[in-house]
Amino acid sequence: MKILVVDDEPDVRTLFEQRFRREIRSGSLAFSFAYSGEEALGYLHEHHSEVVLILSDINMPGMSGLELLRRVRTEPAPPPPPRVMMITAYGDEASRNQALALGADDFLTKPVDFAALKEKLLALPSA
Amino acid sequence: MRVLGDVLLGRRTAQLFFTHSSCEMSALYNFDLLVAGPLCMLIVLVLRRFFDLAERLPRWNRVLSWVWAPALFGFGITAVFRYRNPLLDDAYMLGVYALVVVTLLLLWSYRPARLVLLALAPLLLHRLIKFGLDLGDLRLLAPYASIFTSLGKFTTLWLIGLVLVARSQKRNLAKEQQQRQEEEQARQLIATQNAELERLVAERSATLTQQAATLQQALEELQMTQSQLIQAEKMASLGELTAGIAHEIQNPLNFVNNFAEVSAELLEELAEEQTKPAPDTELELELLADLTQNLQKITQHGQRAASIVRGMLEHSRASTGERSLTDLNALCDEYLRLAYHGLRAKDKSFNATLHTDFAPVLPLVEAVSQDVGRVLLNLFTNAFYAVRQRQQAGEAGYAPSVGVRTRRVGDEVEVSVQDNGTGIAEAVRQKIFQPFFTTKPAGEGTGLGLSLAHDIITQGHGGSLTVTSQEGQGAKFTVRLPI
Repeated sequence: MKILVVDDEPDVRTLFEQRFRREIRSGSLAFSFAYSGEEALGYLHEHHSEVVLILSDINMPGMSGLELLRRVRTEPAPPPPPRVMMITAYGDEASRNQALALGADDFLTKPVDFAALKEKLLALPSA
Repeated sequence: MRVLGDVLLGRRTAQLFFTHSSCEMSALYNFDLLVAGPLCMLIVLVLRRFFDLAERLPRWNRVLSWVWAPALFGFGITAVFRYRNPLLDDAYMLGVYALVVVTLLLLWSYRPARLVLLALAPLLLHRLIKFGLDLGDLRLLAPYASIFTSLGKFTTLWLIGLVLVARSQKRNLAKEQQQRQEEEQARQLIATQNAELERLVAERSATLTQQAATLQQALEELQMTQSQLIQAEKMASLGELTAGIAHEIQNPLNFVNNFAEVSAELLEELAEEQTKPAPDTELELELLADLTQNLQKITQHGQRAASIVRGMLEHSRASTGERSLTDLNALCDEYLRLAYHGLRAKDKSFNATLHTDFAPVLPLVEAVSQDVGRVLLNLFTNAFYAVRQRQQAGEAGYAPSVGVRTRRVGDEVEVSVQDNGTGIAEAVRQKIFQPFFTTKPAGEGTGLGLSLAHDIITQGHGGSLTVTSQEGQGAKFTVRLPI
């Protein structure tokens, strides 16, 4: 299952690769990384239908996570549509509602509980 | 003085009068003395008046009051003894003349007195010679007798003439003295006026000094208020930043926690691997390399959080004013993020593209970094405010963008902060560096931000802070600091 992680912090990649080392090694999960909303969109265009899940930060310079979500949900893309989980440091109700209204499947707050995330990811139907 | 002359001349007339009217008695008594006594008193009176003896010689004046006494006494004694001598009165008169001369000598320092003495001298000499002749019962020969008589008349005229001169001299002197007195009075008046003036000046000076003290106090109070305002402005901007700072600290702390946790997992895996009979050496090496990397990441993010806290403390602390070599690229980056996240924390929907164009080789600048940091923060905050305003206006296709660029221009380093926000109208542009000028709604801005920024850059660092703007299109603030 291919997961696209979008965050402006480059170290997120190292972190995910280590946190999910066993899953990556076993091939149950595959991660790609983008460091901005724009980059993520570009990646999605190039890898149609590959990405099953997008894990995106909301607060990023330039295109925000919410904007990315809106684009993903509105722009026509070949099916199936990817699941989108938003991650933010500002875990307030307004942001959550806004994300869910835009079509997010889940809403996580930083610091990310990786154990819980792992369970969620492994529980996904297409995993 | 004519009176004196008459008296002196008239004596003989009086004697004649008495001689005629009482020739019987005069054979027995020295009536001449009785006549001479009042005459001499008259002389003394005239002398007194002329020379103000009561004032000039008060004691001598009292002595002169008794000048009649010898005449009366002489008359009495000679009457008792029936002694008759026609020369007695002449002798008495000469004695009185002597007193007059003594008086004049006592008044030697008074010019008219000397003149009167000169006037009197020939007359006295004539009288003395005549008395001498009478005493010896001598007679001058015919031609000399008449010359002597003529000389007697001349001495009288001489006396009168000189006394007149003396009188006018006396008047002149009196006038001079009066003039001197008037001058003295005028001088005293001026002195009094001077004293009054000095008193007034002192009074005014005291008032002015007091006013100066009051003003000084007011100035000190104003300066205190100003520094309080500056501190308040700093605190206000810090308050705006709190959320941004929290976000900025939270991110590295998350990394620290995550890398620490994942490292523990890695160590577990490593230990697990080593208990196996045939450990995967390659995996072990990979795990060890990851662990090393993680420790580096932990340190790196820990330091990142620490530097943010340090920056926040520096920002809130009163400026030490100490200059140090400052990397403007790093400072711009730090404050751009703080400002951005500060605004993001308040308004989640806000978003902007950040453009950084840092000169790869930028000389360090001698600057008070916390002060310059405040300036940059202010410029960034303003830029974000402007783009947010324009975004909220609902313009279609608008993409907020804030950029910062550093470069070297000659002997200066230039930092320009550019936004594509609402821009600044010409009228406003002229006032934006004035204290307390703000376009923000009441309560949102102190109006001190750009004013302080301008002061910090120009006065504090000898640099310049300028603005260019196209209304509705954006604004660009340029800071230049000498290297």
